[in-house]
Amino acid sequence: MKPNELNVLVIDENRIRAAIIEEGLRDAGYGQVTVIDQMHGLARRITELNPDVIVIDLENPNRDELESIFQLSRVIQRPIAMFVDKSDEASIEAAVEAGVSAYIVDGLKQERVRPILKMAISRFNAFSRLNRELEETRSELENRKVIDRAKGLLMRSRGLSEEEAYALLRRTAMNQNRKIVEIAQSLVTAASLLDPGAKE
Amino acid sequence: MTMSHAITAGFVPLLDSALLVVAKEKGFAAAQSIDLTLVRERSWASIRDRLAVRHFDVAHILGPMPIACNLGLSAPAPKMIVPMALGLGGNAVTVSTALWQAMAGEGATDDLDARENGVALRRVIAGHKGEPLRFGVVHPYSGHNYELRYWLAASGIDPERDIEIVVLPPPDMGDALAQGLIDGYCAGEPWNTFGVLKRGGHLATVKAAIWRSSPEKVLGVNARWAETHPKALAALLVALHAASVWCGKLGNREELAHLLAQPGYVGRDAELLLPALNGNLPVGGGVVQNIGDFFVPNAKAATFPWKSHALWFYTQMVRWRQISHTAEHQQVAAETYRPDMYRAALKTLGLAMPSASSKVEGALAVETPVGSSGALTLGPDGFFDGGRFDPDDVDAYIQAQRIG
Repeated sequence: MKPNELNVLVIDENRIRAAIIEEGLRDAGYGQVTVIDQMHGLARRITELNPDVIVIDLENPNRDELESIFQLSRVIQRPIAMFVDKSDEASIEAAVEAGVSAYIVDGLKQERVRPILKMAISRFNAFSRLNRELEETRSELENRKVIDRAKGLLMRSRGLSEEEAYALLRRTAMNQNRKIVEIAQSLVTAASLLDPGAKE
Repeated sequence: MTMSHAITAGFVPLLDSALLVVAKEKGFAAAQSIDLTLVRERSWASIRDRLAVRHFDVAHILGPMPIACNLGLSAPAPKMIVPMALGLGGNAVTVSTALWQAMAGEGATDDLDARENGVALRRVIAGHKGEPLRFGVVHPYSGHNYELRYWLAASGIDPERDIEIVVLPPPDMGDALAQGLIDGYCAGEPWNTFGVLKRGGHLATVKAAIWRSSPEKVLGVNARWAETHPKALAALLVALHAASVWCGKLGNREELAHLLAQPGYVGRDAELLLPALNGNLPVGGGVVQNIGDFFVPNAKAATFPWKSHALWFYTQMVRWRQISHTAEHQQVAAETYRPDMYRAALKTLGLAMPSASSKVEGALAVETPVGSSGALTLGPDGFFDGGRFDPDDVDAYIQAQRIG
């Protein structure tokens, strides 16, 4: 059996992440990759697929179920080891750090499994980076909206230009050692408390 | 106050995470100069892995799991110790409406008696056609798995031939029951109360009725961390003990329910948590049963890590063929629980503590004063079938269960 003939199963309820891992594995030449994104009938699916390696999200609450499936020899005939090797602490740590765990059929050589685990770890990391960036972009947008509303309030109530309103927000933030968006948020909150019916 | 010990603890959102939550929220950890960080996890497997790679120093964990780790039954396997238990009792067996009706037809009653309701279940199973009944537990190495099997086996039901046992996450049990994917389950709280009140389930029996004053969750500690941080660990045991005293007071249960209800902890309505905390369990059909020993966080030396508890879990691992019985395995199991560390950490508090590290389980029919000061009482601790476990004669117990 060539390395790329390993039968890899990816269990992940997050379809986007599962797709990212699947793509990575296929790019690396692993042709036999199956993705399961729902837990129903897991035991039967695993028996049918008879995978050599299972990659699963550490946060998946069904990990306990998975471990019991492995334990029941009538479902999976071969014992399963977790991660690459029990003693390979660095790999285990990197995997747990990334939020992935891998179950590997005992007897598979480390060097055949390691690239898959490495791939999963790097893809998990890439996915969380992507998520973080998305999150940052989203909050950036939110922040800009709040600042715009605060500027509008200042422009109306104090007759300032947009630039002057922004300068005032920035100066106040600097003086109080806070972020502009925090000052803007306080202003918007205060305005809505003082005049709940007003539209800014 | 400057904190001298930073400790990270993992927990699963269940009622028996109470001691850790209270230690943090009520300031018992801070009083011992501990900066306690609690991290919620969704599976016991993740708790174990993150203990192994030292994301967690300590964790709320299933009583048998550290033993399984030390026996090499799961990987990655951190060497673990258990210097403290996190209470006694707390589980129940919930069944579907259909199964309950069938059991009631065979004499099962709302009083949750393990013997009568076990016999009723056996009769139902004897007359059952089609696919075997399916029961959910939370993990293969769990008190839930072992007490369910004990109850079934002692009721004349073979848990491997007559029914099927599957593992499910506790929050999914109620839905699986309502959808007919399982016919019953053994889980911790609030998932039985949830199953009964929200998913039409009915209690069949409770852990306290199967084996009174029996062990459940413990404090699992990475052994290497314990070796290098003895002061922090001792301080944590003092803080958790103080938390157990607080949790033990009936007057605090309402506040406890609200603490645990917070989104970062159990994250469910306090109304769902309070029944089990008070031991007033909704049984089904509007009936409520008071079970005095349902939630025992402090009384009866509830936090003492008895070696006999570790050894009983071990006998069940052997019984259900998870491991072979050898003198070496038995020793690993017994040495996982560390009453010596418990005593050393708490000795300055002047508490009444058990002088022995093991006891014959099932020997106390009534509440019995122990220790020189008389301030501590143990029991009753009986198994429902009258069984006794003598930790000095593990071989005989294992042999007897093999035959039975």
